[in-house]
Amino acid sequence: MTYIAKPKFHHPGLKKNELGYTHRDYEGKISTLCAGCGHDSITASIIEACYELSIEPHRVAKISGIGCSSKTPDYFLGNSHGFNSVHGRMPSVLTGANLANRDLIYLGVSGDGDSASIGFGQFAHSIRRGVNMTYIVENNGVYGLTKGQFSATADRGSKSKKGVTNTDNAIDLVAIALQLGATFVARSFSGDKTQLVPLIAAAIRHKGASFIDVISPCIAFNNHAGSTKSFDYVREHNDAVNRLDVLVGRDPIAVDYAPGTVQMVEQHDGSKIALRKIDADYDPHDRLGAQTFLQKHAAKGQIVTGLLYVDPDAEDLHEHLDTVETPLNALEADTLCPGSAVLDKINASLR
Amino acid sequence: MSDKKPLSSVNDFVVRFANVNGSGSASANEMFARAILRHGVPVSPRNIFPSNIQGLPTWYEVRVTEDGHLGARGGVDMMVAMNPQTWDKDVAGIEPGGYLFYDSTKPMPSTKFRDDITVIGVPLTAITNSTYTDPRQRQLFKNIIYLGALSALLDMDPKLIEQLIGEQYKGKEKLLSSNVHALHLGRDWALQNLKCPIGLRVKKSDKVGDRIFIEGNSAAALGAVYGGATVCAWYPITPSSSVAEAFTAHCKKYRHDPETGKAKYAIVQGEDELASIGIVIGASWNGARAFTATSGPGISLMTEFIGLSYFAEIPAVIMNIQRAGPSTGMPTRTQQCDIIACAYASHGDTKHVLLFPEDPAEAFEFASAAFDLAERLQTTIFLMLDLDIGMNHRLCRPLKWDDAKQYDRGKVMTAEMLEEGRDFGRYLDVDGDGIPYRTYPGTHPTKGSYFTRGTSRDRYARYSEEGSVYADNMQRLVRKFETAQDLVPRPLQANAERPTKYGVIYFGSTSPAMDEAIGLLEARGHQLDRLRIRAFPFHSSVASFLAEHDFVYVVEQNRDAQLRQLIVNENGIDPVRLVPIVHYDGSPITARFIAKAIGDHQDHLKVTPLRKAVS
Repeated sequence: MTYIAKPKFHHPGLKKNELGYTHRDYEGKISTLCAGCGHDSITASIIEACYELSIEPHRVAKISGIGCSSKTPDYFLGNSHGFNSVHGRMPSVLTGANLANRDLIYLGVSGDGDSASIGFGQFAHSIRRGVNMTYIVENNGVYGLTKGQFSATADRGSKSKKGVTNTDNAIDLVAIALQLGATFVARSFSGDKTQLVPLIAAAIRHKGASFIDVISPCIAFNNHAGSTKSFDYVREHNDAVNRLDVLVGRDPIAVDYAPGTVQMVEQHDGSKIALRKIDADYDPHDRLGAQTFLQKHAAKGQIVTGLLYVDPDAEDLHEHLDTVETPLNALEADTLCPGSAVLDKINASLR
Repeated sequence: MSDKKPLSSVNDFVVRFANVNGSGSASANEMFARAILRHGVPVSPRNIFPSNIQGLPTWYEVRVTEDGHLGARGGVDMMVAMNPQTWDKDVAGIEPGGYLFYDSTKPMPSTKFRDDITVIGVPLTAITNSTYTDPRQRQLFKNIIYLGALSALLDMDPKLIEQLIGEQYKGKEKLLSSNVHALHLGRDWALQNLKCPIGLRVKKSDKVGDRIFIEGNSAAALGAVYGGATVCAWYPITPSSSVAEAFTAHCKKYRHDPETGKAKYAIVQGEDELASIGIVIGASWNGARAFTATSGPGISLMTEFIGLSYFAEIPAVIMNIQRAGPSTGMPTRTQQCDIIACAYASHGDTKHVLLFPEDPAEAFEFASAAFDLAERLQTTIFLMLDLDIGMNHRLCRPLKWDDAKQYDRGKVMTAEMLEEGRDFGRYLDVDGDGIPYRTYPGTHPTKGSYFTRGTSRDRYARYSEEGSVYADNMQRLVRKFETAQDLVPRPLQANAERPTKYGVIYFGSTSPAMDEAIGLLEARGHQLDRLRIRAFPFHSSVASFLAEHDFVYVVEQNRDAQLRQLIVNENGIDPVRLVPIVHYDGSPITARFIAKAIGDHQDHLKVTPLRKAVS
């Protein structure tokens, strides 16, 4: 909830993007999360990515479940419709919304409790269906709003703030998303904006199910020694495979990288991703290789980040269902209703 | 032989087929029912089937009823006993004087029969085996052979059956001719070896008229097509699956763009009922007409979302094809047992709109109307069917559609209205009907966006935990529900010939049995005014009806008299004046049951004064 109204004035010289929107046009209400919360950094990255992409803010639908992460859509894109739905059920609500109007951009924001526990099934099935969306999990390994219980992404052996050791195995949502056929899979860290902003931008431009797991330390309940989701731990164990730039309507040659270290990926909509390879052997088009790479590094206690997999020519649910180009919510009786003459024929066939 | 005179009746009897499921009998049995319809004689068939695919007993009952009584009658005049597993019970269920039709290929001990019925043996297996070698053919044609034999026994016109076979196998000449051949094999054997016809006969009549023969689920699905549904999300569950399947079939025929061939609909089989209703809510929030079809267990799973739909005010249409509960209950048996579960679904204070169609024609009308209501009222609308209407073919008036009709999309604020400077408060009641305006996502760059949430908020959709703000909203929701009273289908009243202090309330699939029961009760000297409730919230005429009668019977198909509870609760009336008449064994309610229950109660009410009795 927000008690403090956010002032609307801003510096007259504020930079504008291609559509003439300033950074402020992508902001929302003032966050009520704890000071220093990783989620606020993700909010800032979403704002930055949308500004960079020159998206019309009102053409985004932001949908979430329940929990700290799910509150965040109120804190960005204030001119977008938001839907803080039911715990663990963001994916189905987003799927329905997407079916109703294929022309909007769908941003699903969820947490580790929301997606790995109560909503694990919905997470899985929305990915398998290839819903055209950007699905962001703000992953802190803990239930923040209910004060510090382990979530299903908490690593086995990690310690809670109260000193309890987690004995359950962790769910790696990235590994699962890869297995389920997500066509854009990435992991990042809320504290690494330079990596995260272009990942979000690329995910938004991707047609199909994009999934980003963002490790986002919980400043209140999961940022202590013994936690594997604390700022210190993630910084020490972060193993980035690549960094990227998203190029929309810009000449890719303008990007200045050493030859051989950049891999260009052209997405379905014509936008390009310039991948600056850190791990020379990593191939983001190899689903199987990504799974193996991930598991090997997880066994060594390393958190792999970056764009792990992308299928630039992915199909989405609307293509599978072969729906008309006009959004379904714009169709009226003249085109939807077969009319009385057809009904008379139907009646005749039922005698 | 028989020590009871064989039953004799023209166009008024019940034939029951006892089969093993998976044996292909369903289509032959349905053809039997359709053939009688083609004689101009109304029939009311019912499938009584197990929750199983192959090997368990299944029955198909055909009530032949010139008078048009489409409710179940009870009792069996002729049993076509094709299932050894249920033989004893099947034979025992035949009315005295009735007929037993069986496969006499293997001799049966005389103890397996009854003296008071006419036994008709036809060596079906022998005929089949001497004609066909393929086991599957033997299986399937045996059904057509008994159909042929029955046609002779019941004096049916074989041409009409041939016509039906011709329609069914149009373009498949080989199947067509082999089916006609099998029909005559059975018919000829019966004509040559048995006394045909028997006492039960079908005689051509003109009582069917222009009525159609359709399953309620298919009609409801067609209503969704006509009502403009573009998104359907569902999870398979008996007896509702055929709604989504029929919707798919109808859409394939009527909802593809003629030029591009693309679909003007999206159907998703969800991973469960939670996802199904979630998809419906998401689609409706985004301005599409969306629905799901389910049954009791699915309703239980959906309740959290139903509460969200109520509180966040998002349209949704849920077709509930009711079956016997609780828990898994009897998945293939009928009941009207989710009235309370749906009327007050979800935690907290909630109330939902329920529609109660009586037959497929109303299922079609109410299904299409449900989408208008959902968008007008911005809440969940339940279409309360049940297995009896949903999964059985029912004779009903033709489906009608007015081409001048436009969809009522409800209060939607457009970009133009926002540009004009209209004050937009998502939960602001501007005209006293309790219904606020909504905007679709993506409407305007700077105006009209809001944050939808299941938490409390003020009239402008801003989060609030203020008690007065919360209460203000809850009171508006009550006002909205009052508005709904006048939008939903009104109850239909039919008064007895003479003024009476007694009334009866009923709804849904009880309708044909109730109509028939009225006749039986009148014959016993009981006059009753009737009120058929077609929706919740109850229209004010329900309260008037209650006020006008000393006692009102409430007839329903569940144990706890759920509609009665709802009436008592919502009208605050003395429960003593509402007499429950409940039937809940999973079989469809019958006129005989209703007439007996009400008749007995009426007899008790007519207390003879003591002095008179003594003198």
